[in-house]
Amino acid sequence: MADLKDKNTRLAVGKTYKLYIDGKFPRTESGRYYPLHNKDEIIANVCLGSRKDTREAVVAARKAFAGWSGTSAYLRGQILYRIAEMLEGRSEQFVAELVKQGLTKAKARTEVAVSIDRLVYYAGWTDKFQQVFSSVNPVSSAHFNFTVPEPTGVVTIIAPEESGLLGLVSNIAAAIAGGNTCVALASYSMPLSAISFTEVLHAADVPAGVVNVLTGSRAELTEQFAAHMDVNAIVYCDGDAAVDREIQLHAANNIKRVVRRTGIDWSTEKGQGPYFIRDTQEFKTTWHPVGG
Amino acid sequence: MDETTSKLAFDTDWQYDPAPESTDHIRIDEQYELFIGGEFVAPKEGRYFDSINPANEQVLARVAAAGKDDVARAVKAARKAYQTSWSTLKPAERGKYIYRIARVLQERAREFAVIETLDGGKPIRESRDIDIPLAAAHFFYYAGWADKLEYAFPGKQVAALGVAGQIIPWNFPLLMAAWKIAPALACGNTVVLKPAETTPLTALKLAEVIRDAGLPPGVVNIVTGAGDTGAALVDHPDIDKIAFTGSTAVGRSIQKSLAGTSTKYTLELGGKAANIIFADAAIDEAVEGIVNGIFFNQGHVCCAGSRLLVQESVADEVIRKLKDRMESLIVGDPMDKNTDIGAINSPAQLAKIEDYLRIGQAEGGEMYQSSATLPTTGYWCRPTLFTGVSQSNRVVQEEIFGPVLAIQTFRTLEEGLDKANNTPYGLSGGVWTDKGAKIFKMTRAIRAGVIWANTFNKFDPASPFGGYKESGMGREGGLHGLDAYLELS
Repeated sequence: MADLKDKNTRLAVGKTYKLYIDGKFPRTESGRYYPLHNKDEIIANVCLGSRKDTREAVVAARKAFAGWSGTSAYLRGQILYRIAEMLEGRSEQFVAELVKQGLTKAKARTEVAVSIDRLVYYAGWTDKFQQVFSSVNPVSSAHFNFTVPEPTGVVTIIAPEESGLLGLVSNIAAAIAGGNTCVALASYSMPLSAISFTEVLHAADVPAGVVNVLTGSRAELTEQFAAHMDVNAIVYCDGDAAVDREIQLHAANNIKRVVRRTGIDWSTEKGQGPYFIRDTQEFKTTWHPVGG
Repeated sequence: MDETTSKLAFDTDWQYDPAPESTDHIRIDEQYELFIGGEFVAPKEGRYFDSINPANEQVLARVAAAGKDDVARAVKAARKAYQTSWSTLKPAERGKYIYRIARVLQERAREFAVIETLDGGKPIRESRDIDIPLAAAHFFYYAGWADKLEYAFPGKQVAALGVAGQIIPWNFPLLMAAWKIAPALACGNTVVLKPAETTPLTALKLAEVIRDAGLPPGVVNIVTGAGDTGAALVDHPDIDKIAFTGSTAVGRSIQKSLAGTSTKYTLELGGKAANIIFADAAIDEAVEGIVNGIFFNQGHVCCAGSRLLVQESVADEVIRKLKDRMESLIVGDPMDKNTDIGAINSPAQLAKIEDYLRIGQAEGGEMYQSSATLPTTGYWCRPTLFTGVSQSNRVVQEEIFGPVLAIQTFRTLEEGLDKANNTPYGLSGGVWTDKGAKIFKMTRAIRAGVIWANTFNKFDPASPFGGYKESGMGREGGLHGLDAYLELS
């Protein structure tokens, strides 16, 4: 009987990397793919997500918004913490995947460790940033008046190209910690950890549609990430002046909030903070008379 | 319901004598120039336009129209002032200049109120009791922030942005100037402000106040003109920040114009607020709230409660009481202290409102107007409501910016909420109920930046104001209003 551990006798099972939309793992509806190389070897055929995939992801995110934004801050914190737990348990897989995508082992280990810690960091903010950013306003009339942050709604995220796991995790965590739902476009050159991360999300009881992740071409999908009329904010992390212009032009269609996060070293403390949450918050002011 | 409610017969038993505010204590020059670098200067191209009193169509003054060169001159003056005086001043001293503006505005409040009403057509009662006192209060509030900015944003360093270009609308001319200028100056920026072309006078009087308060030349510059002047300001390359209040259409074009630049912007845009009346509300108070929500300032209010959502079981009662109340509203001379509804700001705005009255009827809505007698000259619109309209009707969906209320009914809280949120706008909303838990359920769930519960159309310098969705981005007022004029790092 052959030894199953013997490399020569057992064929390893490869992984099909798919999209993550509405809590499911579909292939792109377009049937298209792009090959991902490591040196001369093809390591995966990655879904080349389409505009229709984007639309479906936005529909899922919108559907999930009422539930997620209405979830208690404490529970959102526990779910973010749970994501960290799941990622910790699978960190070896993520290190191996990052190495496969070209990182050194040391760098890959750091990236996974910081990603886990970042999730714990934002887990802790879910029930605190409101207190930091709220106010009770001393109006001159006989009214009780207060201002609180609320999530802006559906956020599209064009994740950093150079930081396949940590950049994606940092931006998703800030958006969902604040009660938004999101549609993220993974790094084109390092998409594998993004898709594997969605399996972690899936296992961590993140409700369907809260996070949707697509892989594909930035040139093709940026327009729709910026232009979609049912998206409230777009976050993007790379790009030159031409990309800035394209995103702003399309975002103006529905007065989308545009958050530009370029030039950030995600591995440092500069890559986190409550102001990343605040970027995709609205401020609501409520008045009520004070009287008998 | 009770059909025998006694009511006052305003047309026969209850005549008010005229009570006009006097104008002999004010001064309006025949011609106004641009305020650039601390001086009033003529526009390079020599173009002027008339500012008209919309209540009698008389010309009040000729006002300079700033061209591109004038805007460039103003930006240059603002940049120079930023570099040489304003940014090097101690923050506490900066604050003292702003306090001075507040104090002089208080001293000259009556004069400003009269000019505001003459130029814009709003009732003197409103300009006297709301616009001018709030404008002074806004300067007073932000003056105090000037040397306390480091406490506003925990964990962040703050710095001024530089030169702010600010474009304001005609509905609250001086108040919007205050909303823009006060926080900008407190945060250490210098300003180029463009007032609306139909209501430039109080901003130009404010320029006099700023000059007399001794602010360094160029810290505040005021360039009057129409849309092309505003566009020149938006397109100027040496502006660090654009703050705009106006329509969503213009806001969208500004966001597009600034695409690809590093200019920051905040936008305070249109609205179509739902004012939601539950059966358990104090109905008489709610009716007052509806009237204040839609007829305040002739409905020229971005946060106006222009959609009434009333719970079906009290709809007949609310609408009957509302019609009675509308009948008692005095429409006419804005200078009369008894006037409730003044003149429509301009012939263009009147034409737009009248278009919507036609559209609303053509779409099948039933229109009701009060029987108020309108003056023979000037621009006027009777308080108006539409019933029998549905969610897809244009008078329900689009901002009219006039005294026109669209009424719909709902049965359950969820239905009311769905209808309230079924709009691309999200500036404000109103809820009327005696149940505390229901208030908080509704005020949380309405997707808008300002929610009034058991009240409506209240404003305060300490209270942040601004929209969700297509009603804009950024906040004005309060601590949150500082963010628009600071770089956080």
